[in-house]
Amino acid sequence: MTVTDTTEAVLAYDDVVAAYDPVLGLEVHVELNTATKMFCGCPTGFGAEPNTQVCPVCLGLPGALPVLNARGLESAIRIGLALNCEIASWCRFARKNYFYPDMPKNFQTSQYDEPIASNGFLDVELDDGSTFRVEIERAHMEEDTGKSTHVGGSTGRIHGADYSLVDYNRAGIPLIEIVTKPVEGAGERAPEIARAYVSALRDLLRALGVSDVRMEQGSLRCDANLSLRAKVPGAAPGSAQQRAVPLGTRSETKNVNSLRSVERAVRYEMTRHAARLAAGLTIVQETRHWHEDTGITTSGREKSDAEDYRYFPEPDLVPMSPDPAWVDELRGTLPEPPPQRRRRLQTEWGFADLEMRDLVNAGAVELVEATVAAGAAPAAARKWWSGELARRANADGVELAAMPVTPAQVAALQGLVDAGTLTDSLARQVLEGVLAGEGEPADVVESRGLKVVSDDGALGAAVDQAIADNPDVADKVRSGKVAAVGALVGAVMKQMRGQADAAKVKALLTERLAPADSTTDVSTS
Amino acid sequence: MSAISREEVSHLAMLARIDLQPDELDRLAAQLDVILDAVATVTQVAGEDVPATSHPMPLTNVTRPDEPRPCLTQDEALSGAPAAEAGRFRVPRILEED
Repeated sequence: MTVTDTTEAVLAYDDVVAAYDPVLGLEVHVELNTATKMFCGCPTGFGAEPNTQVCPVCLGLPGALPVLNARGLESAIRIGLALNCEIASWCRFARKNYFYPDMPKNFQTSQYDEPIASNGFLDVELDDGSTFRVEIERAHMEEDTGKSTHVGGSTGRIHGADYSLVDYNRAGIPLIEIVTKPVEGAGERAPEIARAYVSALRDLLRALGVSDVRMEQGSLRCDANLSLRAKVPGAAPGSAQQRAVPLGTRSETKNVNSLRSVERAVRYEMTRHAARLAAGLTIVQETRHWHEDTGITTSGREKSDAEDYRYFPEPDLVPMSPDPAWVDELRGTLPEPPPQRRRRLQTEWGFADLEMRDLVNAGAVELVEATVAAGAAPAAARKWWSGELARRANADGVELAAMPVTPAQVAALQGLVDAGTLTDSLARQVLEGVLAGEGEPADVVESRGLKVVSDDGALGAAVDQAIADNPDVADKVRSGKVAAVGALVGAVMKQMRGQADAAKVKALLTERLAPADSTTDVSTS
Repeated sequence: MSAISREEVSHLAMLARIDLQPDELDRLAAQLDVILDAVATVTQVAGEDVPATSHPMPLTNVTRPDEPRPCLTQDEALSGAPAAEAGRFRVPRILEED
């Protein structure tokens, strides 16, 4: 049987939410950005040659003994606190036993019934500005697995492969698994809420500075559980009446690796479940694989007794009993919650809701903040990052933060505009030079000769030339048709190759073309 | 009293990827019973005042600083592997086709 070409029936989304109440369960795995692995001193850098960041501990060689990474524990506690969890006063690691070559020990060191953090919540802001509270069941420490490459077969997937090649560089990298309680009351907004939750969690983890949170690199991964139950007519999604209906059978969609995919995968699973239920079929409790290209999920392995993990306390690692004073100290290191921070900055900067949302979606809030800190006005900083730079980043297919220009350089560029050294269009050319690695903005101004010409002599000559070249236009202006001056301004700018201040050019032209008895306003505004 | 059934031995053997013959299942079920009984005598000694324990040493919070230590080289890492390819451990295909 091949699994990839199984297309299942789906029900129209409106029909799904009219008849069923969705319940979500989200499991997020986040790789910590510690320098070393969870239980050994191997480095954690991304992209090293295979099996060069390994040692007897993470290869599971006999006799090797693990020791907990202090910073891994600290990060786990800070994540727990930021998610409003209780921190365990005493807890242990456990062995999760299974045979799979991605864990060379034949078990994963994890936590079972004694997670480091439990019973919290995360308030999630939705697109319409409302807030939805997602309850957190637990956050626990564990280790990542190795990376398998499946060779042979027609699809390159696990099914049909002839053999697999395993790289253990990733095995043992600290992971925190964050598990929600069943998310009830989402109703038709379940897909949006799933995405907004992962997005809010990502922002929080980034603010904590505990992870790179790069979904595309796998440092943040989401598994989405979904079940449907019959909708109680007339009852609100989160009502007691609706909650009293027993949960349906769930499916678990694995490794959905972008925010957009989280939303799409949940939506797809809702339509697939509903079609089965409407046809009188049962839901199989199973793992599903999300396919980004086709926008569907397909069946993975069924949950069976092969997943009898036989957890038991890890004898090689001693229990953890974090000192309450230390936990309080860590509580003091928590960042301002990202939604509050965004609201504060929006107020400080005086941005409209839409302007702020664009910045957030573009990942530009920190960049604008740093640009403002470097001396630029907020509006100017926003204009650069969500305008010219966002356009270029988009065209180059890179993240805004990865553009080869620093907030300080953007602030310096804007400073040159503010000082009248550059016009906006000259500033864009200077930015191009900065992005091309030609140095600081001031260097590019010099090397490319892009300065606005403020020499009144040169400018005056160009103005006189333009008047002489366009006598008809000049006469119109003299006779009071002030709007006609635009054509002359254009001629001067062309002659100055753009390196003049248009307002100043207009003022000079208006001055020279004013009738002798005129009371014409020569204001340049 | 037989605590371990033949089915349980069969299940454990499957989880441990050990291929057992029918006569071995019977023999091992009986042997595992004896082992469990022997271990169970501990519960006769331990009273209510003796808490269950997973670790013999009264230690907690043993950690190490987050500082890199030398790793094995790729050749060293792969030296014990039955098969290797492209710097990686080569293993039989993971799932049987179903």
